Amino acid sequence: MDIIEPLVKIVFIFLINLTTVAYLVLVERRVSAFIQNRIGPNRVGPAGLFQPVADIVKLFLKEDIVPKAANKFVHSLAPLISLVVAMATFAVIPFGNSIHLFGRDIKLMIADVNVGILYILALSSLGVYGITLSGWSSNNKYSLLGGLRSSAQMISYELSMGLSIIGVLMIAGTLQLDKIVESQAHGMWYFWRTPMSFITFVVASFAETNRLPFDLPEAEPELVGGYHTEYSGMKFGLFFLAEYANMITASAIIATLYLGGWQLPFVGHLGLPDIAVSLLQIAAFGIKVGLVLLFFIVIRWTIPRFRYDQLMNIGWKVMLPLALVNILITGIGLLW
Amino acid sequence: MASKVVRKKDLTLLERMYIPEIVKGMRLTMSQMFKPKFTVQYPEDKFVPSASFRGRPVLVEENGTERCVACGLCSRVCPALAIEVQASETELNKERYPVKFEINMLRCILCGFCEEVCPEEAIIMSDEYRLVFENQKDALFGKDKLLVPIEKVQARLDFLRSHR
Repeated sequence: MDIIEPLVKIVFIFLINLTTVAYLVLVERRVSAFIQNRIGPNRVGPAGLFQPVADIVKLFLKEDIVPKAANKFVHSLAPLISLVVAMATFAVIPFGNSIHLFGRDIKLMIADVNVGILYILALSSLGVYGITLSGWSSNNKYSLLGGLRSSAQMISYELSMGLSIIGVLMIAGTLQLDKIVESQAHGMWYFWRTPMSFITFVVASFAETNRLPFDLPEAEPELVGGYHTEYSGMKFGLFFLAEYANMITASAIIATLYLGGWQLPFVGHLGLPDIAVSLLQIAAFGIKVGLVLLFFIVIRWTIPRFRYDQLMNIGWKVMLPLALVNILITGIGLLW
Repeated sequence: MASKVVRKKDLTLLERMYIPEIVKGMRLTMSQMFKPKFTVQYPEDKFVPSASFRGRPVLVEENGTERCVACGLCSRVCPALAIEVQASETELNKERYPVKFEINMLRCILCGFCEEVCPEEAIIMSDEYRLVFENQKDALFGKDKLLVPIEKVQARLDFLRSHR
């Protein structure tokens, strides 16, 4: 009986996640088109809403080419690692306050592990495997270089990501994500309480998700497609989905840690019934994640790409010291 | 000798953080989202070319008959050998007339040499660009598909006169 509750949550969140990933591709195409004074795909359904369906069907029907000298097992495994890791991170993100249904208090997160944020950092380290293995197993110089560059980039920025979170953890005093969200009540969101930590974390998550301006590993002019050169059909689709799933995960973490999660400052004063308040809070979380995603997309089409040495320079010589200084400043601030 | 990079104006600390630059960039990008789009949504809205557009070749029809005197210059100059002209006698006040004038649209490359060389201004590049055939026979345009009354191509004739 006790297993039904997590199962329902898992199915629900999994489906929402997959749909959002598919539609995020469409949103990116539309938004980037608007930025470039053109209309994006609008033929397939009303305003192009069936475009992801068309894309997925197309990818399933494409021929799956595996290079003769490639390691078949690893070649098939790598995109799965990327996607599974990206999706698994969602297990600890709180979507809303605990709601009271069927006589029990249901927390709106799949798993309330007491190491919350550490689980997310660990999973994002696992995500590096997906890319490295794909680059390596393709038996292709360019993929190998792309995979290596990408893994070096992700590892460097994981450090600053972890260190910048420490600022938030020091103020919140706990690793558990739902308690971090609860400590941001009444508009005490962490993005203005530790702005430097916010900025470092956002920059690091751009680098973690291999997203412009840090997307040299998959930049076509540079590396002929990088680590996903030798992938076609649904495996390529999996990589693509994994990148967008990573983006959603990073946005969800940013929203949870810095933008107050599901907190909506004024909702307590409105005097609405509990279930309406919970729904509003879930909607607020969704909107915050959506806004951060929009930010990710607009930045992609605004800033030029970093060269690889500039990227590593920034990761080690700028972000890491900044994160450390932030810890110092937060510590001093807390002592007062 | 190693060259030194000399900057006329070193960036201040605030500028080196690039955050104001990023914000300026984002303001530009987001403002472009609300400006009008240039896409022409094809089957519903069609692109209407100006008089200088070089579309498919057509024969000019004046007073109920073609201006062409079947001199054969267009056929000779055509680089793709797409035009075939067969001359014959006529009662009208001109030397001869084309009893058969056929352009193979599958060969035509829309270069406009025939229009340039014609001494009578009888063949003109119109503004039609939509050419769809379902079989090879449909692509051989005879006089019936090539004759166009002079009112329709007047804009092109004026353009050619003014740029002669």
